[in-house]
Formats: sequence, C-alpha cells, structure tokens
Amino acid sequence: MMTIFEKQSSSYENQLTETDGKKPAVALGEINAQQLSIRLGTGASEFEAVQAVDFNIQPGEFVCLLGPSGCGKSTLLGALAGHIIPASGVLEVDGQAITGPSPERGMVFQHHTLFPWLNIVDNVAFGLKMRGVNKAERHAQALEMLQQVGLHDVATRWPSQLSGGMQQRVEIARVLINKPRLLLMDEPFGALDAQTRLKMQQLLLDIWSRIRTTLVFVTHDIDEALFLADRILVMSPRPGRFIKNLPVNFARPRTTGLVTTPEFMQLKRHCLDLLNHEEGRQLPRLSPLGLPPETRIAV
Amino acid sequence: MASFKKTNARPSRFTTAGMQLGSVAACVLLWHFASTLRIDLGVITFSNVPTPQAVISAIWQLLQSNALLPHLGSSLARVFSGYLMAAVAGVTLGLLIGRSRKAENWLMPPLELLRPIPAVAWIPLAILMFPSSEASMIFITFTGALFPILLNTIHGVEAVDPRLIASSRSLGASPRAILREVVLPGALPSIFTGLSIGMGTSWFCLVTAEMISGQWGIGYYTWSSYVIQNYADIVVGMLLIGLLGMGSSWLIKRIGDWLTPWYRLQGKS
Repeated sequence: MMTIFEKQSSSYENQLTETDGKKPAVALGEINAQQLSIRLGTGASEFEAVQAVDFNIQPGEFVCLLGPSGCGKSTLLGALAGHIIPASGVLEVDGQAITGPSPERGMVFQHHTLFPWLNIVDNVAFGLKMRGVNKAERHAQALEMLQQVGLHDVATRWPSQLSGGMQQRVEIARVLINKPRLLLMDEPFGALDAQTRLKMQQLLLDIWSRIRTTLVFVTHDIDEALFLADRILVMSPRPGRFIKNLPVNFARPRTTGLVTTPEFMQLKRHCLDLLNHEEGRQLPRLSPLGLPPETRIAV
Repeated sequence: MASFKKTNARPSRFTTAGMQLGSVAACVLLWHFASTLRIDLGVITFSNVPTPQAVISAIWQLLQSNALLPHLGSSLARVFSGYLMAAVAGVTLGLLIGRSRKAENWLMPPLELLRPIPAVAWIPLAILMFPSSEASMIFITFTGALFPILLNTIHGVEAVDPRLIASSRSLGASPRAILREVVLPGALPSIFTGLSIGMGTSWFCLVTAEMISGQWGIGYYTWSSYVIQNYADIVVGMLLIGLLGMGSSWLIKRIGDWLTPWYRLQGKS
C-alpha cells in the first residue's frame, strides 16, 4: 500500500514539473486512506464514527459507499470534502493530505445548498467568481455547464422556483464548473420521488461519461449503488468500517433495463444479506458536517 | 349574516385600502365622540382630551406659522444622523458577534447591560459627555435604533444555514468572501427587519432627545406644548411623530424588499 502510494505521489510531482503547471496528462483524483479513524462528538458523548479503514480509489472510478443510516458513510464523505478533520490515519488525494475544503473536491448534499439570493446562472458561476474570473466569462462558462445538465433555459430563475431534481442538477453543475478531481455526493437523490431519482441517476452517469472525475457516492439504496457504481464499499455501523469491497462489472452505458436482469438480482440479494445482519438497529443519520453543535465556523 | 361569510378569495386592493382607511376613520370617530361628550369612565377620562376639531385647527395654525419646516428639518436631521450611525454600528457589530464566539464573549455582556436602559435615563450622561446639545440628541436617537438593528443582525447571521457556508468553502470561498457573499446576503432579510424596527424606535426616542433642545424639533414642540399646557398641540406633535415614524419605517421596508427579491418568493414556496 505504502509503496504504491509513494510511486503515485512522486509521479504526480514529476508530471507537475514536466508540464510546467499545466494539467497533467495522467488522470487525477486518486484517493488513498490508511488506518483512517474519525471521531465525532465531545467528552462523554464522543464516539468513533469511522474506525481504522483502509481503501484506495482510482482516478475516474465511480465508488458507492453503501450502508445503513448512521454507519459513518456521510462522515467519511465529509472528511474527503475537508469539512471533518480525521482523528488519526492517512487521507490523501493524489498524494496530498486533505487539510480543509477545496474546489478540487466538490460536494453535493442531500438537500440543495444553492444560494437563495443568487439566480441559477450566478449560483453555477460562484466558483469562478471566487477565482476572480470576470463576469462575462463566468456567465458564458456557467451557461455552458447548465447546458451539460440540460438546464440552460432556467438561467435567470431563483433556486426556489425550481423542482427538487432541477435544483440538484444545478448543484452538480455548480460543482463541476470548478473541474474538481473528486465529485462527492451525499445521498443526492434521496429526497426526490422515485421517478425523478431514476432520471437523475441516468443523467449522472451520462454527465460522468462526458466529464470524468473520481466519483464517491453515498447511498443506503442498494439498487442505486448497483446501478451506478464501478465498485461498492459496504459499510457497517458503530464503529463504521468496511465489511465488503464489491466490484460491479455491468457493462456501460447502463440503462434502466439492467435492474431486472438476473445478474443484478443476484448481486442485490448478496448486498441485502450483507446489510441484513445489522437490521434492528436504528441509528441517527450523520451529516458530512459532523454533529450539529460543531457547525459554527469562526471568521 | 351571509355578508360576513369568510372566503378564501383574497380581497381586492381597493377593498383592502378601504378597510384600512375605514379603521383609521373609526378611531377618529371614537376619539371625536369620547372628547366632545367628555366621557368619564372613572379609571379613564376624556374630559380634558382635545377634540379632533381643536387638533385640526392647531395643525392649521402650525402650517401658517412657518415653524413647521424648521421643526421637521431639525428632527429629521437628528433622527437620520443617529439612525445611520446605529445602522453602521449595529450591522458591523452584529456581523462580528454573529460570526465569532470570541467577539460574542467580549462584546455581548456590556451590550446586554446597556440594552434595557431607556433613552430618558441617558439624558444626564449625554449632556455631560457631549459638549453640544445637538450631539447629545443624536446620541439618544442612536441608542434607540442600535439594539433592534444589532440583535436582528446577530440573529440573521446565526440563522444562516451552515451547509451554505460549508458549500461556499468547497467552492473556493475565502473567509472574507464567505462574509461578503454568503453571511451578509443570508442575514440581509433579518438585518432589514432590524433596520425597519430601529427606524421606529429611533423616532420613539425623539421626544426624549428633544427635551434638551433649545428651540426646534417635533419632539421639542410636543414637549414644550405640554409644559405650556397647550394640549391640542401635543396631539399634533404626537401625530406628526407617528406619521413620520410610520413613513420612514415603510421606506426602509420597501428598500429591503427591493434588495431581497428572492426572499418573498422563498417565503411563499
């Protein structure tokens, strides 16, 4: 594990120097975690949300973190985003330790976090504004990105005027405009109705085939994980740890017909068995921002 | 009976305006009967209250005396100077206290201590602290407006969804950009609530402030009318303060609506 990581790290640095700061030819977005533990809460109520996990995610890979509520999958995602600081262990992207949030690691929450005071195009262009891109340029790029998610015609609307599915599409566009190495999604379609969820899953695969990033997708929906992922990391709660590393080798592009094939059913049964022995324990849902009282962030 | 049936249909603009005018007219009518009939209910008596007719003739006199404009001008200048300073101080302090626990611990205890002190209690100290009586009066209108603005700003800042702040950090916002692009607009509806209430309380303190005025001001006019027992003029002063306070609060609210067009939309969805 260690040697692989060192090789990757040095080759990445070489790439940077060779290409003189330009985007390296090698795809970026490799995640490496070793003995990673995350603790939440303080004092007597402190607990280990994620316990000594090791994993590696390849650049451009689509990985689902699957597990019941409160198993620590969102916490792990929050640590990848940089919102939660791990207690111990190594957590790196392309050989660099994660020290805080970055536009390189885009995050999509279950409920949209679009700014209510900005119209759709300004929401999408927010990351570019933070980088000092001028207004004409960032609007042009934002409109192009909205086109990618099929929403160029709502550019001047307010977020509250859009449906839940549209809001999540805008959210994805707002994150992707920063050309992130990682796209981190925390049950992004969990609040949508079944019909919209299916459409959004297909749209996500379609976007991901065009704009390839490493994608880490948190869900408790087995069908969703199997339909989307290259690989599923199945988690078990308290303490959060991986109980299965499950490759999903269905051919791409995938269509909704996939979910009724015998192979899909077989894998689904397998996942159900894995999750079943945890049944009966209902844990509170954890958030990628840690526990509620900790959310106040100083200036 | 049928005419009072409640329906879900929204009344038309004219009906609404008609009802509002009607309610004011009903109040004036009640006042008219209470004061002309000199109603005495024991606990409250209207026998010495000036009648609407007396007040109207007092208004007419004020309009003819050329004193109205200097009275209005002095009061508006005082209220707006005090109010503007309170707005700047209240919003700045509110952003700071709302965002930083350290600032809250340092600044809130003295502010909480000063908050319940009424404007009238400030008069002696204001006279001692400020060499000009103009500055003392501005200071008193300032104390009136400061706290509603401060507290509403703090509330607005603390109510900003932490997920929005987390998202903005993931989109590359610096701490300064978070304050300018997320916290400030997020708190803006609440800040304007505070600004609108503060406008009212600033007028509220005007009579107190102008007790120490030498010559001009609506508050001074009201207070001096009381001193010389010119009761109809007191009511004129009261009505003027009410109208100006209501008008300027309304103005602030409209500016707020104009600056936060998304907010009303959000409330309805």
